[in-house]
This record gives sequence, C-alpha cells and structure tokens, in this order.
Amino acid sequence: MKTNTPEIIYDKDGNPHEIVDFNDDYTASKLGFWLFLFTELMLFGAMFLVFAFFFYKMPDDFQTASGNLNILLGGLNTFILLLSTYFMGIALIHLREKDIDKCKKSIYITIALAFVFLVIKYIEWSIEINHGIYPDSEILNSKSNGEILFFGLYFTMTGFHGIHIIAGIALMIWVLILINKKIVNNKKYVILENISLYWDLVHLVWVFLFPLFYIIGLGG
Amino acid sequence: MSEKTTSFYDETHTVFGHHHNKLLQWIFSIDHKRIAILYIIVMLCFFVLAISIGLTMRLELFFPGEQILTPDRYNQAFTLHGTIMIFLFVVPGIPAVFGNFLLPLLIGARDVSFPRLNLLSWWFYLIGCMVALVSLFIGPGFADTGWTFYAPYSVKTETNVIFALTAAYILGLSSILTGINFVVTVHRLRAPGMNFFKMPLFVWGLYSTAWIQILATPVVGITLILVIIEKTLGIGIFDPSKGGDPILYQHLFWIYSHPAVYLMILPAFGVVSEILPTFCRRTIFGYRSIAISSALIAIIGYLVWGHHLFTSGMSEWTKIIFSFLTFFVSIPTGIKFFDWVATMYKASIVFKTPMLWVVGTIITFAIGGLTGITLVTLGVNIHLHDTYFVVAHFHYTIFGGVVFMLFAAMHYWYPKFIGKMYDEAKAKIAFYLIFIGFNTLWFPMFFAGALGMPRRYFDYLPEFTIYHQIAGVGAVITVSGILFMLYTLISGIKKGERCGANPWNASTLEWQIDSPPPLENFKNIPYVDFEPYEYEKGEPKHNLYNKIKGVQNEN
Repeated sequence: MKTNTPEIIYDKDGNPHEIVDFNDDYTASKLGFWLFLFTELMLFGAMFLVFAFFFYKMPDDFQTASGNLNILLGGLNTFILLLSTYFMGIALIHLREKDIDKCKKSIYITIALAFVFLVIKYIEWSIEINHGIYPDSEILNSKSNGEILFFGLYFTMTGFHGIHIIAGIALMIWVLILINKKIVNNKKYVILENISLYWDLVHLVWVFLFPLFYIIGLGG
Repeated sequence: MSEKTTSFYDETHTVFGHHHNKLLQWIFSIDHKRIAILYIIVMLCFFVLAISIGLTMRLELFFPGEQILTPDRYNQAFTLHGTIMIFLFVVPGIPAVFGNFLLPLLIGARDVSFPRLNLLSWWFYLIGCMVALVSLFIGPGFADTGWTFYAPYSVKTETNVIFALTAAYILGLSSILTGINFVVTVHRLRAPGMNFFKMPLFVWGLYSTAWIQILATPVVGITLILVIIEKTLGIGIFDPSKGGDPILYQHLFWIYSHPAVYLMILPAFGVVSEILPTFCRRTIFGYRSIAISSALIAIIGYLVWGHHLFTSGMSEWTKIIFSFLTFFVSIPTGIKFFDWVATMYKASIVFKTPMLWVVGTIITFAIGGLTGITLVTLGVNIHLHDTYFVVAHFHYTIFGGVVFMLFAAMHYWYPKFIGKMYDEAKAKIAFYLIFIGFNTLWFPMFFAGALGMPRRYFDYLPEFTIYHQIAGVGAVITVSGILFMLYTLISGIKKGERCGANPWNASTLEWQIDSPPPLENFKNIPYVDFEPYEYEKGEPKHNLYNKIKGVQNEN
C-alpha cells in the first residue's frame, strides 16, 4: 500500500472504486485545516462577542478610550499585514510554478513584514504603558468603567493576535526548512497552502480588530 | 482461527519509524488502537482517584459536622472530583478510547486521517492531567471553586485556580484535535459504498460529538484564559467594580459546557445503538431517526445554555425562551429511547453483560432525563436550583448514562480489544452491585434536594442525616462494585478464554476482522453495499470474515 497507484476494489456489478489512503491525503489535510480555522474563529469570535457586549453597554466610554490610540500606527500595521498576505500568496504561486528561489524570497519578505508588525505593535504598547495605561494600573483604574474595559480588551485581543503572529512566523520558518529538505515541493505543497490560509485568518482578524479598536474613536 | 496471527500488540508504527524498545513503541505509537489503549489506562487511573475522592466526601457527610475533612479541604475535594470526572474522564472517555479504537474499524479504514495528530492529542491529554496533578501538591493546593470555576470567586480565591484552568485548557485542546481528526476521518476514509446512512450509529454519535468539540470547546478555552488574565492582570471583564460582569462568565462558560453535556452523552447513545441490535438479534428500529436525532441533539444543545442561569437574574422572556428550547431537546432524545424500546419489543434478547448495562442505563437515564424536565420548568427550578436534586439529576444522566455506557462498551468490545473473554458471571455480579449501589447512592438525593438540602455544603441540618447515610451506604456498594468490575476485566486479560473474531455474532465491520485486530486493520477493504445491523432469522445477514481478511474461501 506504499505504492503510488491507488488501491481499487470492485462492487458486485464489477464497478471499480478507489480506496482513499490515509497517508498524504491532500483533501483531508485541507479539510482538517479548515476545521482548525473554525476553532480559531470561535476563539476570536467569543472575544468579539465580549467586546460587542461591553461596547453596546458603554459606547461613549469606548469611543473616548479609542481616541487615545494611535490610528496612524494602527493603520500602518493594517497595511503591512495586508501586504504580507499578498507575499504569502505569491510564495504559493511560485512554489506551484517550481520557482523555489522566488518562493523562498516571498516567504522571507512575509516574515520580515510580520516582524515589522510586531515592532510597531511593541511601540504602540510602549506608548500606552508609558502613559500609565496598562491593565490594573492606577491611572487606568481612575478612569471610567468603559475605558478600563476598552483597554483591558485592547491588550487582551491585540495580545492574542500578536501571539498568532509569532506562531505564524514560527510556521513560516518551519515551512522554509521543509522546502529546503524538499519535503514541500511543487507536487506536495499542502503545508504551505495551509500556512497561507492561517496567515489569511490572522490578517482577517486584524481587519476586524482595527476598526473596532482604532476607528470607533473617530466617531466621537 | 487457530493459526497464530500478528495483532497490533505485536507490531506498530511509531513517529520515528521502528523502535525496539517496547515502552517507546507504545508512547510514540501512531496506531489508533494503541493510542486508544494509552487513553484508557490513564483514564481509569484518574477515574479510580476521582471515585475515591467522592467516597471520601460521602464519608465526611455520613454524620453532620466535621469528621475527616476541614471545610476548605471539602471544597477542594468536590472541585477535584468534578474536574477529574468531567475534564479527564467523562468528556474524553468514550470518544478518545472507543472512538479512537473503533471509528476506523467501523467505517472500514486503516487508521484515522491524521495518526500523528492523534498521538499529539494523547500527549496533550497527558500534559493536561499532569498540570492538574501538580497543582495538588504545590502552593495552597487545588482550586476550591467547583469544576465550573465561576467568577468572581475563581478570580478572588488564593488556591491554584490558574493551574486547574490551564489543565482544562490543554485538555480542551486535546479534545479539539481529536474532534477535527474524527470529522475528517468520517468524511474521507469511509470504505467505498458506505454512505452516511450506512454508517453504524456509533459513528453518527462520534461525528456529532466531534462537531461539538470543534465549535464549542474553543469558546470555553478562551473563557478560561480570560479568567487567568483577569486573575493575573486584572483586565476587569468579570469585575463589577470595573464595569465588568460576572454573569458574562456564566454565559460564556455554559455556551460551551452545555453542548459539552451532549458531547458526553451522544457517544454513549451511540454505544447503546451498537449493543442493542447485537443482543436483540435484529435490525435496529428507526435507523435514520436515531442517526438524525444525534445531529439534532448536537444542534439544539447549543441553544439551551441559559437554563443554568435561571436564578442569576435574566429577563423573564429570556428565561421562558431558554426553558422552551431546553424542553425541545427531549424530543430527539425521546425518539432515540422509543426506537430502542421498539427494537427490544418482541426480540429474542440475549442478556449478556453489555446488554444488562444497556437495560440499566435505559432505566437510570430515563430517571435522569425526566428529572431534567422537572428542573427546566421555571417555577420548579427556582426551588430546586443548586440543591441535591441537581446533584442527583446530574449523576443519573452522566453516571447512569455516560459512565454506564462506557462500562457497557468496555464489556462489549472487550474481546475485540483483548482477544479474550472476561468472566461473564463475575461481570454480571459487578453490574448488579453497581446498579443497586448507584440507586441507593443517588435516589435519596432527589428527596434531600426537594426538601432543601443545598449542594456543595460541607455540613447539614440533622433532619437530612438519613438521606446522607443511605447515600453513604450506596457509595460503598457502588465503589466495591466498580472495583470488582475492574478486577474482573483486568484478570480476563490473563485468564480469559480466547474468543474468535466475532464472539457476539454481531453484524458491523469491526467484528469481521481478527480479535485483536492486526496493524492497519483491513487487508482487503470491503465494498459496503449493505446496511449495518442487517439480521435474518436472528443471524447477521453478512459474513465477510474471509473476504475482508483476504483468505480464499475454503468451501
């Protein structure tokens, strides 16, 4: 059963039926990863639900608090993340076209952009923390309830998103190793495909986080 | 079948290819059958630990006042009992052990879709168990919040809540990965010809369960993490002084944990649907309605979480809606029960031990289910909320439903796991001991609860003494029954008589290959052009034994 020819069985009428082998099943790998992405959606979805709940209760406080965030840095990060997704997609196209060098370069660019994203995030967080705004700080606790919750959710949700970025970088380094070992190639690219799907989810989550945290402040 | 065959016990695939070390061959094995056995070993150890804690609590409550536990220790004891039983035993129980072992066999596959991920799930499970265990011995000891970890108390308490939450989170991760694996396996690896309505009903149960695992578990995962963040950083989500809302925790928690109740019971229902036709010697009544009702229970199960919050201060309309929706769950559940009873009607039933367990569970789960209807009735719920009535209801459904079916599965598939037979007479004695002990233990609690005995209390008024003492006696009988049952099963591994491939004369695919099955299960995968559970004059209609083994028919 280690051969490449599929195993065939015949029913009573003599019609052939192909048996799916559990090793290297492309469709299974895709399906499994989509299911995993569902779980990620549920995870972030629950946090968005919490956000919606408190936003609905205290819209004015949330707008005030949102005004404190640096929309330029946030916007820049949105741009960077969208750009990185573009390169991730390009990497996949290059791999399918057997252009391993260009594929690897695109992945390197994606990793670099992901690092830039993290650095900007670090700067943003530092600015907040220097202003004395971090969970359970004296300055934050003296503000209105809505603002406390806004920043609580801000640090939690962007933090979670940041962890996903870090995980993404690790996955990309892993796939680079696999490409070098020729385990991932133009015939077997499902791992790269799944990682780029994951990266899509990461940027998609940010596309929702950005307006919720940064843009609502403009309304005030 | 006298020739010596190599089973999965003799050879295996591991993550690193082949190993000579026997131990490494086990803990790195990617064979679904070995992984199932790894699960059951760990699980039974924790089960015994948890019942001994339960017994300790019963002894404490034998007389009013303090006996052997301080109030703080008592709080930790019921938390530990609940956490182990729910997160380590009942939730993963049937899917991780019997799902892993049987799913590929039942659908005619050689393994699950992702064998390595399957092993990883077990590793996560083990790590989760270890984290929970470690928190017993360090710092101020195990969490004392109850297994639900309700905020704000879980945020305030000094005990090792963070460890317990982390453990639950890791166990959740393990459960999600298993769920993903099962859904993909069912979609991809069914033998040719086996469409969804030719799958055995246990597979339907596992499939519905897997979807709940995928869609609900992440929600509780993030909820538990939010409590950890709340405890360490104080973000305020559950803290009213910062505008947060402790009731929000209850909503988030039960959005998962109510579907999780069905996650526990659906595979158990699947086990019933496997055992009944075999011992009734006939096709199961209403195959399709049983299959679809599993999916319906899974779907409706998402919409009923609010019935845990009737006394938390929701609007009247919300309560009415949640109450109505909860009543609605009883419809697909009722369909299953009527189908099972209809299967038994005028059948020539063979009362072997697995069948006894099924009949036992039909009785106990019916009591548990009907008292559930009582509890979800709004006015009554206000009176019974957080009393022993709930404790009794819960144990009648979970122990009397899920755990009884786990025991039934342990007996029914024992020959497939071991290749030998347990001692039937002893197993029957164990059943009667547990069944009598069970009812002595929990039935009095319905009365105690209705009369106002609150749950989770360390002490009680003297008028409740009699109920606690009857329950105490029941606990001792139950525990001795369980130990006797485990002894019977374990001693069967050595002393049992060899059995053939199909000792029960059952009709599903797993009985058509050798016991214990060889590595990669099927030499020749069959074409499935028959329904499961087809019986003719009390015998299975299809005997594929030689065909699937790839042996030339001798006659």
